[in-house]
Amino acid sequence: MYSKKLDNPESFFSTIKNNSSIMSGGFGLCGIPENSIDYLAKFSPKNLTIISNNIGNSGRGLVKLLKKNMISKAICSYVGGNPDLEERIINGDIEVILTPQGSFIEKIRSAGAGIPAFYTPTGGDTEIENGKETRIFNGKKCLLEEALYADYSIIKATVGDEFGNLYFEGTSKNFSPLMAMAAKTTIVEVEKLVPIGELEPDLVQLPGIFVKHIYLGKDYRNDIEFLIEKKGF
Amino acid sequence: MRVWTNKKMSEEVLNLIPNRSVVNLGIGLPSLVADINQNKDLVLHSENGVLGVNGRPKKGTASHNIINAAKETINTSKGASFFDSAVSFSMIRGGHVDVSVLGGMQVDTQGSIANWKIPGKKITGMGGAMDLVNGPKLVIVMMKHFNKESEKLVPICSLPLTGKNCIDYIVTDCGVFKPYGNKFKIIKICDTDEFMKKVQQELYIE
Repeated sequence: MYSKKLDNPESFFSTIKNNSSIMSGGFGLCGIPENSIDYLAKFSPKNLTIISNNIGNSGRGLVKLLKKNMISKAICSYVGGNPDLEERIINGDIEVILTPQGSFIEKIRSAGAGIPAFYTPTGGDTEIENGKETRIFNGKKCLLEEALYADYSIIKATVGDEFGNLYFEGTSKNFSPLMAMAAKTTIVEVEKLVPIGELEPDLVQLPGIFVKHIYLGKDYRNDIEFLIEKKGF
Repeated sequence: MRVWTNKKMSEEVLNLIPNRSVVNLGIGLPSLVADINQNKDLVLHSENGVLGVNGRPKKGTASHNIINAAKETINTSKGASFFDSAVSFSMIRGGHVDVSVLGGMQVDTQGSIANWKIPGKKITGMGGAMDLVNGPKLVIVMMKHFNKESEKLVPICSLPLTGKNCIDYIVTDCGVFKPYGNKFKIIKICDTDEFMKKVQQELYIE
């Protein structure tokens, strides 16, 4: 096994060009690649296609890229909780492709798994059906959904080894392991980077084969969007 | 008009759910159902990747990595599991999640639902809702009956659909209803006399 550790992630992000497509892991602000987003914002490539469930939330995360007008197209499933995105969609400042969350992740999974398209019942008889081939399976109308690829995936994991084997704590897994499989180049930031051999093979949730670069992140905010500690009633 | 509290609505939702079900609770009102003391053995699923949601964390124990689909901190039960989004939506589309409770903007008498966009005005996106109305065997909408003065139970949805002919029950602050051809069947009602004065009566059947 060989090391994919980047000592200077900044120099990697300086090479990302305008018009790139980038997947970003995270559900709301849970599991977002905070450092990679900051590096992207610093170098500000323009006309990006961003593929992410929420495109940031509550003014944070990928909203930084929105505010710097770096995103021309967003592929996502949910806008609620992200007023910066909603405003830009309604004003027509940004092209958005809203995709049902289950289809969104299956399109990404398919890309990584070498499956160019699949049929799903989700979105039948809705606007999502427009322009798509349909076919009846088991009496149910299904839509042909195509795989979703990207030039880059920016991913955050809780622990990784230098080969890129990853462990994600709790609900921070969400879209990240699948996105890591779907991009030409996947760069992972971790809260804890360990030498090769220190992650138990049985605890690896994403094998390092899908990872091109890995680096130790810093200064994590790990924001909680809604802290609720006692029972609601 | 007397209306039910959110707690009472949550209890009415729970009444509709069979014991030993796996249940997904949507964002907004439905997430309150998780906070009710249950006398049923239910397993709560949240589509961001957790099976076994169990109320809220004790003070000082919340984790940024343990949240529900509403991005709120949660506690998990014994036997809980975490997983990625592809596995989570396999559970939903594959019919392994038994019950889905979701919020709505409109539901019509054919059981179609709209809850993701008001063209030109508001876009929340569908999130997982288009999957959640298709996979589970029992689909319940939990929402307020009125948006300001306008009824959210309508003859035909005018807003873009989330799903067609897919809703089994609607629990509102006014009662429990079932889409029933070109009517809503009244299962239970909070304040019958006042309710009937406020709604299109011909849309409802006892």
